[in-house]
Amino acid sequence: MNALSIFKRDLLIAFRNRGELLNPLMFFLMVASLFPLAVSPDPKFLGQIAPGVIWVGALLATLLSLDLLFKTDYEDGSLEQMLLVPQPLMLLVLAKVSVHWLVAGLPLALMAPLLGLMLGLPEGGYQPLVISLLLGTPVLSLLGSIGAGLTVGLKKGGMLMPLLILPLYIPVLIFAASAVQSGVDGNSYSGHLAFIGAYLALAVVFAPIAAAAALRITTAR
Amino acid sequence: MWQALSRLYYKLGSPKWFYEISGRWMPWFLIIGSVLMVLGIVWGLAFAPADYLQGNSFRIIYIHVPAAMLSQSAYIIMAVAGLVGLVWKMKMSFIVAKVIAPIGASVAIIALVTGAIWGKPTWGTYWVWDARLTSMLILMFLYFGVIAIHNAIESEEMANKAAAVLAIVGSINIPIIKYSVEWWNTLHQPATITLTSKPTMVPEMFIPLALTIIGFYCWFGFWVFARTRNEILLREHRTNWVKKLLISKVTANDSIVGDPETNNRAGE
Repeated sequence: MNALSIFKRDLLIAFRNRGELLNPLMFFLMVASLFPLAVSPDPKFLGQIAPGVIWVGALLATLLSLDLLFKTDYEDGSLEQMLLVPQPLMLLVLAKVSVHWLVAGLPLALMAPLLGLMLGLPEGGYQPLVISLLLGTPVLSLLGSIGAGLTVGLKKGGMLMPLLILPLYIPVLIFAASAVQSGVDGNSYSGHLAFIGAYLALAVVFAPIAAAAALRITTAR
Repeated sequence: MWQALSRLYYKLGSPKWFYEISGRWMPWFLIIGSVLMVLGIVWGLAFAPADYLQGNSFRIIYIHVPAAMLSQSAYIIMAVAGLVGLVWKMKMSFIVAKVIAPIGASVAIIALVTGAIWGKPTWGTYWVWDARLTSMLILMFLYFGVIAIHNAIESEEMANKAAAVLAIVGSINIPIIKYSVEWWNTLHQPATITLTSKPTMVPEMFIPLALTIIGFYCWFGFWVFARTRNEILLREHRTNWVKKLLISKVTANDSIVGDPETNNRAGE
């Protein structure tokens, strides 16, 4: 069992349960369609809040799907096997997180333009929206793996995880939403994206270490 | 030098030694802290000159700034204590990290509330989505997360370690969060005092502020000691020294109070 085999296995499991693959996307779509109903269907107003709404929706969809990142493996005992194999646990975590991003984060980024259309996002916003989601959703998956690792053995972990992880998501949200806003206003947005990229680089290095430490702690008997 | 340090480390790791030494230091933290607080508050509220721009409303600074500074230092102390516990498996530092979380959350709330009260006369609103306010709010959320994890995990050892991981991850994130919100939106005035430059206030305003800041830190030390001692007694209640201590306290109380029956009769 090494990182590559876990990557293949998780991907296979994900595609065997195709129905579950769609869940984050449906959630994303529904959350975004709540705003016109709750706030105002006025296209001008919706266009103004669209960057934030789409990003918050993507963030919540990722967060909800992260709850299961380690849980099924924990329940059927394969997580314990992963802890025992003579491989760095952080690499195995990284493999699991990559699969999570491929099946949850990437589709969100690809679906976002559709939601932009629904919410009347002005033209300049689409490119930064997709790029910021492509760069930002892996950060969400990586940071979320820490929370998933910390709460994996808990019965009431579902509500706890967002509490622990949401504060850490705020920088991504700020830079991403302001990148989209700059694009809408016709300004350069590469600076904002560079910050998300820097955060991604930091998270790739440190989040798997922290998540691996968290898993070792919470699964210890 | 090294030997003295390692001896101190082993002593610090012993709950019994910590209990004894903190019992001796604790009153001093309370006394010095209270004296400084009374001096600083009276000086700041009654004798310091009024601000030329904000008038008397600036005087809340004598609570606001110490609380804001302390809430950030307390988080760093909590994260470092958690790291020490994880790396060197030191029981005492986990206890300290655990007891700091609610204290830190309380001072963060004090800083937010006093800031809101200060904001009303000077900015005309209790709350704005400003960089400083937002990052203090997030700091409070991080404290809440640590407290929540302690509540959620029943095994004491597991909860300690999990909370330590969370605190460390949060401490890496604090500068990122701070700068992200700072570039995003800001109204708050820049820091009044920094360690590296001369204070931008006149001495008559600055000295009472310094007194209340040191006073807050002394009180913090007192509370950390007091709560840590409770936690030690709770965790070590099966050990001999705690039993002996409790018995000696009970008998000491009995000899002072005496027999309740005779006391009652004397009171009538």
